Amino acid sequence: MSTPYAKLPAWADYGLIPLINLSVAFIVAGFVVMLVGENPFRAAVILVEGAFGKGTGIAFTLFYATTFIFTGLSVAVAAHCSLFNIGTEGQAYIGGLGIALVCLSLDSVLPWWVIFPIAIVAAAAFGALWGLIPAYLQAKRGSHIVITTIMFNFIAASVMVYLLVGALKPAGSQAPQTRNFLAGAELPKLNWVIELFGAKIRSAPLNICFLLALVMAFLVWLLIWRTRLGYEMRTYGHSPKAARYAGISETRIIITAMMISGALAGMMALNPVMGDQHNVAIDFVSGAGYVGIAVALMGRLHPVGIVLAAILFGMLYQGGAELAFEMPAISRDMIVIIQGLVILFAGALEHMFRPYIQALFASVSPKSVGMQAVNGKGA
Amino acid sequence: MAQAAIELIGINKSFGAVRANRDINLEVARGTIHGIVGENGAGKSTLMSILYGFYQADSGEIRVGGKPVSISTSNDAIALGIGMVHQHFMLVDNFTVLENIILGAESDALLKKSIAKARSELDRLEREYGLEVDPDAVIEELPVGLQQRVEILKALYRGAEILILDEPTGVLTPAEADHLFRILKQLKDQGKTIVLITHKLREIMAITDTVSVMRQGTMVATRVTKETTVGELAELMVGRRVLLRVEKGQSEAGAVKLSVKNLTVKDSRGVTMVDNVSFDVRGGEIVGIAGVAGNGQSELLEAISGIRHAVSGEVMLDGKPIDLTGKADPGELRDRGLAHVPEDRHHVGLVLAFEENENSILGYHDDERYLKGPFLDIDAIMADAKDKIEKYDIRPGNPRLKTANFSGGNQQKIVLAREMEQDPGVLIVGQPTRGVDVGAIEFIHKRLIAMRDQGKAVLVVSVELDEIRSLSDRILVMFAGRVVGERGPDATEGELGLLMAGVEHQEAAE
Repeated sequence: MSTPYAKLPAWADYGLIPLINLSVAFIVAGFVVMLVGENPFRAAVILVEGAFGKGTGIAFTLFYATTFIFTGLSVAVAAHCSLFNIGTEGQAYIGGLGIALVCLSLDSVLPWWVIFPIAIVAAAAFGALWGLIPAYLQAKRGSHIVITTIMFNFIAASVMVYLLVGALKPAGSQAPQTRNFLAGAELPKLNWVIELFGAKIRSAPLNICFLLALVMAFLVWLLIWRTRLGYEMRTYGHSPKAARYAGISETRIIITAMMISGALAGMMALNPVMGDQHNVAIDFVSGAGYVGIAVALMGRLHPVGIVLAAILFGMLYQGGAELAFEMPAISRDMIVIIQGLVILFAGALEHMFRPYIQALFASVSPKSVGMQAVNGKGA
Repeated sequence: MAQAAIELIGINKSFGAVRANRDINLEVARGTIHGIVGENGAGKSTLMSILYGFYQADSGEIRVGGKPVSISTSNDAIALGIGMVHQHFMLVDNFTVLENIILGAESDALLKKSIAKARSELDRLEREYGLEVDPDAVIEELPVGLQQRVEILKALYRGAEILILDEPTGVLTPAEADHLFRILKQLKDQGKTIVLITHKLREIMAITDTVSVMRQGTMVATRVTKETTVGELAELMVGRRVLLRVEKGQSEAGAVKLSVKNLTVKDSRGVTMVDNVSFDVRGGEIVGIAGVAGNGQSELLEAISGIRHAVSGEVMLDGKPIDLTGKADPGELRDRGLAHVPEDRHHVGLVLAFEENENSILGYHDDERYLKGPFLDIDAIMADAKDKIEKYDIRPGNPRLKTANFSGGNQQKIVLAREMEQDPGVLIVGQPTRGVDVGAIEFIHKRLIAMRDQGKAVLVVSVELDEIRSLSDRILVMFAGRVVGERGPDATEGELGLLMAGVEHQEAAE
């Protein structure tokens, strides 16, 4: 028999198992909270209330989620082509450079709705270019993409520091950042949507990039499962030999996938730069690229899963900040531990509970597990 | 009758809803060779895995030497004197023979002592059973026949009294297989019990004392080998009568469609794999290439299909050359009427993680029939997949099912349907029926002959001599990268076997 364990129905595969993994992560996190002498139940309440309790909290959660949707999609697109793009961080950072160039030169003459599309193209193009070089090295020279993209994160950071303390910094300023953009490069907020539901928002950075992220999620779904290019990427991702056999050029597919991945990463920068800070500051990506890896894995590389996982991580970011504020014993580092546990159980140990669940399903309702392979006789 | 070495009583094993073994009863007498035959997925491997401790039976009893035992790990099995030689060798390629033999059975924390002890023990075993192997040879430098011998020694070193061999001859030349059989007979004479799992009925007839037939998870019959026939066993395996040799008319060879001249191919290490090979394939004939696996056939196929770089020579398709730099576009060759069923359907011919319909367009996904602009035309692809499922009787007939969930025979039909339905002028097929059950073999052979009768040029590479002899109008034999002989379809097995083993042309003819 080739499959020792029968398949699970889709709802268990995509719903139940992630839920169990997540619950276990939170239970373990609860013990950690107990260890530092706080009440885990109260901590959980603060975390959830901080993220979803008030209008402002929801807006912040969705603002963070927007960022993670972009980086998660970026990682997922590359992963479908079996490329592990660790460089989302750097590609997003360089994407910010593209946005800065567009905004700084055009914000005094054009309105936001003209600048926005130009900035999208610039962010995508800069991110794509930053993905292109490692892709080329992988395709032509066999340099491993994991190594090169990590190195390119450092190069991106150095380049940005160099520019932000030099050419991009207004004369006389002490801060390593560009000047603040004018109104022409500020994106409209979406807070009014939440206010429609009766919530009050003091001030929150949620902006139209959230809608852009949802559109991109749909386009990524379309790309991966409905286009020839996506078909070729998945073929290469599952089996490079099969791709070779099918006449799919390895060089072309690696470069294309990495450029799309880089473009999505670059677009992430729109959210904090044009939607919130209105300048490009040092380290504005602050690890969102790496969170994108967790988001993509947890979302099982599917755009719907990625959107949900991004909202979960947005909740951890926003609720975690509240938690650190309310409970002095719990520092920012504790929040990182909780995030780490989520990644550990939902990503790395994804299959830990699967055999038990499958055994359970098989004994409770044999019909629900895959029968197909046996129904058709041996040929 | 001698005392039973192994008794399996009422063994049941399910994987989820799949009942891989149901109420299996099996008794193997001590000091005999017992064969187990059945199609793929009949449950042979599951049964042996239960005996060897990889799986636990859901119910039933195992007795070894008359005593009920519980075997929950392979260590339990080894302790009971059960040894297993796997179909795919479990050897560390860059270790020596000795190092492999003590692997997992090291007698001391320091390697040196273990090796010294193993060396004297191995020496004794080799003398006792006539299993000569250089204990200091590195595994990857040994031919497969010897590697298998190391596997047997490994089991014996662990004190095996009962030896299970899973498809042991798949990778061997006929001569190596004969040698293996002599070893098995010798082991039997020394009182060991041997269980041989195979789907080759010829081997069963040649070597076993008794044989059991499995079908769809049940044990359908046990026979004394001398009192049964190949025909009866085949019928028991499939559940109906099967043609062991397909009927085909005289070939009417037409114009040369595929021409290979002085083709030389090297592998990535620079070793010559195909050495100055020339031949033609005409429309309306099947040319079979026989040879033991690893004698250059794979590389030959890859070079012809444009996915491997050739050092020199030329290949003409319908009189026009194929780019042999390894950069040929397989898509362009498909447009020119070259279809290729690769040897390795799991990694090359199919993407197992894909749905059936996605695989039914692999390589033809550029075809505008399946596209609407940059988008896949899902409706057209599904309709096309359903059509092929119907025509080629692919089961289960669900184009949305993941390809990995199809049996080997049905997976091969998916590839064949895809390639044949493009109506190619030249079809090259590697291992058309590897890992395919008897019923599907018959179907695939008939299809290949139908292609030939339509005037297509068909090139078949197979390590199964029976298949080559039954299908081919002309037989080429490859050895060490060269074509060492050409024979007609009436060539005897012995004659081809000698050629395959590299015995010179003239000697073989004598």
